[in-house]
Amino acid sequence: MQHSSGYIVGFAVAICLVCALVVAGSAVGLKDRQDANILLDRQKKVLTVAGLMKDGASLPREEIVETFESSILQKVIDLKTGTLNAEIDASGFDQQKAAKNPETSFVAPDNLSKVRRLPNNALVFDVIEDGKLKALILPIEGYGLWGTLYGYIALAPDARTIVGITFYSHKETPGLGGEVDNPRWKARWPGRLAFDDRGKPAIGVKKGLAGSIADDPYNVDGLSGATITSRGVTALVRFWLGENGFGPYLASYRAKAGV
Amino acid sequence: MEHYLSLATKAIFVENMALAFFLGMCSFLAVSKKVETAMGLGFAVVFVLGITCPLNQLLVDALLEPGALAWAGYPDVNVSFLSYLTLIGTIAAAVQIVEMVLDRYSPELYNALGVFLPLIAVNCAILGASLFMQERDYTLGEATVFGAGSGIGWLLAVVALAAIREKMRYSNVPGPLRGLGITFITVGLMSVGFMAFAGIQL
Amino acid sequence: MADVTNREALIDPLFNNNPIALQVLGICSALAVTTKMSTALVMCAAVTAVTALSNVSISLLRNRIPNSIRIIVQLTIIASLVIVTDQVLKAFVYDIAKDLSVFVGLIITNCIVMGRAEAFAMQNRPGISFIDGLANGLGYSVVLMAVAFFRELIGSGSVFGVTILQTVNQGGWYVPNGLMLLAPAAFFLIGCFIWAVRTWKPEQIEEEFHIGALLKLSNEGHLR
Repeated sequence: MQHSSGYIVGFAVAICLVCALVVAGSAVGLKDRQDANILLDRQKKVLTVAGLMKDGASLPREEIVETFESSILQKVIDLKTGTLNAEIDASGFDQQKAAKNPETSFVAPDNLSKVRRLPNNALVFDVIEDGKLKALILPIEGYGLWGTLYGYIALAPDARTIVGITFYSHKETPGLGGEVDNPRWKARWPGRLAFDDRGKPAIGVKKGLAGSIADDPYNVDGLSGATITSRGVTALVRFWLGENGFGPYLASYRAKAGV
Repeated sequence: MEHYLSLATKAIFVENMALAFFLGMCSFLAVSKKVETAMGLGFAVVFVLGITCPLNQLLVDALLEPGALAWAGYPDVNVSFLSYLTLIGTIAAAVQIVEMVLDRYSPELYNALGVFLPLIAVNCAILGASLFMQERDYTLGEATVFGAGSGIGWLLAVVALAAIREKMRYSNVPGPLRGLGITFITVGLMSVGFMAFAGIQL
Repeated sequence: MADVTNREALIDPLFNNNPIALQVLGICSALAVTTKMSTALVMCAAVTAVTALSNVSISLLRNRIPNSIRIIVQLTIIASLVIVTDQVLKAFVYDIAKDLSVFVGLIITNCIVMGRAEAFAMQNRPGISFIDGLANGLGYSVVLMAVAFFRELIGSGSVFGVTILQTVNQGGWYVPNGLMLLAPAAFFLIGCFIWAVRTWKPEQIEEEFHIGALLKLSNEGHLR
């Protein structure tokens, strides 16, 4: 079948128009729902590490939003000074995107976690129960064996004791490094101390088994068969709790809270 | 520099397109019967990936990112949903242009790669690399290194498989496993081999 | 090809002419998501929907598409359908859509979709093209779900996230086989699947390799 060039061009234009309409229609129509999902996803992760939601549990959307709004306070802080930055709207702030953009980030000092750029501002959360602060939640990330692990760590109001840790995205080997997801391993963290007596980050993942909290407060059981992932977790937790990470923020918190 | 080197190592060995992500499988299995053809398609893939990945990075940066249209006066427009169409369009166009340019200026290269170029437009490794590039927010330099690295990794895998299959012609494989079945199992074993590269850091 | 009955069009691609086992088409984009049955199921649904819908749309247009631009037209239609699918997944099953990451986008280059559009929908009526697309999508799903079933059961002791074999970590007895969750296991399983199908249906045994046909097609300029 032969067609004139005019027909061919017309046909191409018509197809493009129809496809564009369908695609744009679906994208615009579903946008609100997608944005809500992205927000919900973040809220779920924060609630999980705060211990307000069970790992892997599926709660209805309204309940998650309600729990989050009633017990979590999100704050954008200036990473270098540790002070609150009230100019940025916390609910729309994306720390990972900010860390990528040269305008809102700076080159990180050499570190073992392969963090290359640090954002000027970071998003942290306070867990509040009955009007009292229950935990501080800080985002953490760093390199393991296969790729970057992203997660959150929660500290008690004394800014020293760990309340929980969770990684929501990683590429570690299933069964070995992938055990960072294992609830039993994560249960080893609460109660351990993140900082030593002089205030230096001391928490680490040990090779083999760690002692009881009283005997061995700065170590967590190693992940068997996953030395590099264990090392990576140690490095990233120490980095983010250290002076280049949330050190200034924790220092200003301690000064204010008097702990 | 060091960063690029480690990105390249990762793209070639650790996150090998064919063996770790199953990308470009159709042509991977199709051309791996002879080392010569495998080599031809492999180089064509390196070539096309090295071109399309940075090209798409430029497009993503200038058009598709949320807020990327600010230079045109539309800072609030977000057309990121058009990325699939744009990326595949660029790839198809780039492949076509490369084919024509080669035909005109370098007949030898065209003779070597020509047959494979149209096959490549629908090779998932090419689109996959661009999508990974977009998902991971690579810069132009990173995208070039990543594109070329992924291509080299794919080339390595396909040539190695072809060499194994040439040898395998002399072995007595059970009937129902002959051909495709044993090839899959071979690829699986190769994939185990490549896992040894995990954790290599430069 | 016009006298294919609906029944044949539906049954054939499932077992006799399974797109993965015999034609080796389109495994690229999907094997990476077979570590969990739930993600595999969503991926299968997406592929089946795109194949069926693209078959219908292309079949409706088959007498009007100018030959010279037919491949790019098919590609445009398929890409649009994939974008719509991706948007729907992101809106309704966000958790799984996140796991699928770039692999939904890769449906565009899935050879099954293009292959059926070119080989079947261009010559047949919309109704039967729809069934053909559906059946090919399902044939593909059978293999993917089987692979996902073994990978999830042996790799993490569960099916669809429901624990079947209590793993040691949860206080049970089963030591999961981590290899099943890694890339090589998918290749082994597909290899064994092909072995099983061909033992059952010996007429599919090949002496010479089959997919060289794809290369021949491209030489004749059909795959542009």
